Amino acid sequence: MREPTLPDPAALDRVPVREGYDGADYYALMTRALHQILLEQGLLAPEDTDRVIAALEAPRPEWGARLVARAWVDPAFKARLLADGSAAAAELGFTIKEARLVAVENTADLHNLIVCTLCSCYPRSLLGQPPWWYISKAYRARAVREPRAVLKEFGVDLPDSVRVRVHDSNADMRYLVLPRRPEGTDGADEADLARFVTRDSMIGTAHADIRAGLAKPA
Amino acid sequence: MSRFAPGDRVQILDLGKPGHVRIPWYVRHKTGVVERHCGAYPNPEELAVARPGLPAIDLYRVRLDQRDLWPDYAGAAEDTLEIEVYDHWLAPAADPSAKD
Repeated sequence: MREPTLPDPAALDRVPVREGYDGADYYALMTRALHQILLEQGLLAPEDTDRVIAALEAPRPEWGARLVARAWVDPAFKARLLADGSAAAAELGFTIKEARLVAVENTADLHNLIVCTLCSCYPRSLLGQPPWWYISKAYRARAVREPRAVLKEFGVDLPDSVRVRVHDSNADMRYLVLPRRPEGTDGADEADLARFVTRDSMIGTAHADIRAGLAKPA
Repeated sequence: MSRFAPGDRVQILDLGKPGHVRIPWYVRHKTGVVERHCGAYPNPEELAVARPGLPAIDLYRVRLDQRDLWPDYAGAAEDTLEIEVYDHWLAPAADPSAKD
């Protein structure tokens, strides 16, 4: 068996993108200090923080998947979703708090990819917190510069006949990719279809996948 | 009444402003086409310094050709990128047929 090769530490200093930044420890420490002072002064109760964290962690990809599955079975809903994502989400009981939701549709000749080059804008109140790589500087820099190479690394190898459209989520909109409905799902109902919709397929780094739905939720 | 309509050609400016600007360097000076008007929003450059950012500024989604952004872009000629740009970062651009 081959020993794994570790990169030369000197070479790491030459990589074009370095994750994190030198001030991160400082701000983490300041946040903890401020939190402690607020607790000591009785301005904040521990459960207040827990409640906010719970609210932040409540949204999850399955919420977005419900929008996608509804769009696949209901053309009128799909039209409303593409015209006004926030209003369509509200129809299913989801409030997009941070911004307006824009849904972009993948077709046979168009593939959409979402990135936030400036920070980590993401439809958090619908899909939850973004995956770690979405926040990485490498993804943010490369998704706009060489989207096809990035997609290929995610396993999405597109021929030149499929146009790639990158959406840099830099301001007041948040984006949801409406992936293509997988082949061979004509008989599936809306709840089954929703299980084929992965988080990554709503970012554009994957296709909706019939294999994702094989494991029935407990 | 917004200054631009879908289909209008626009140039993204470089205002050279410090602080919390939402227009990344790679799109500045580039020319694209308005994809949609998103509505009007408080100016984030002002919100970041605790000012109201009003009156709200028209926000547009601008579609750019990847080959205009990156001269050595390796993908298909029809590949595009869309980004949100506030009105004050935009100028009307000439019709591309007049460019050549």
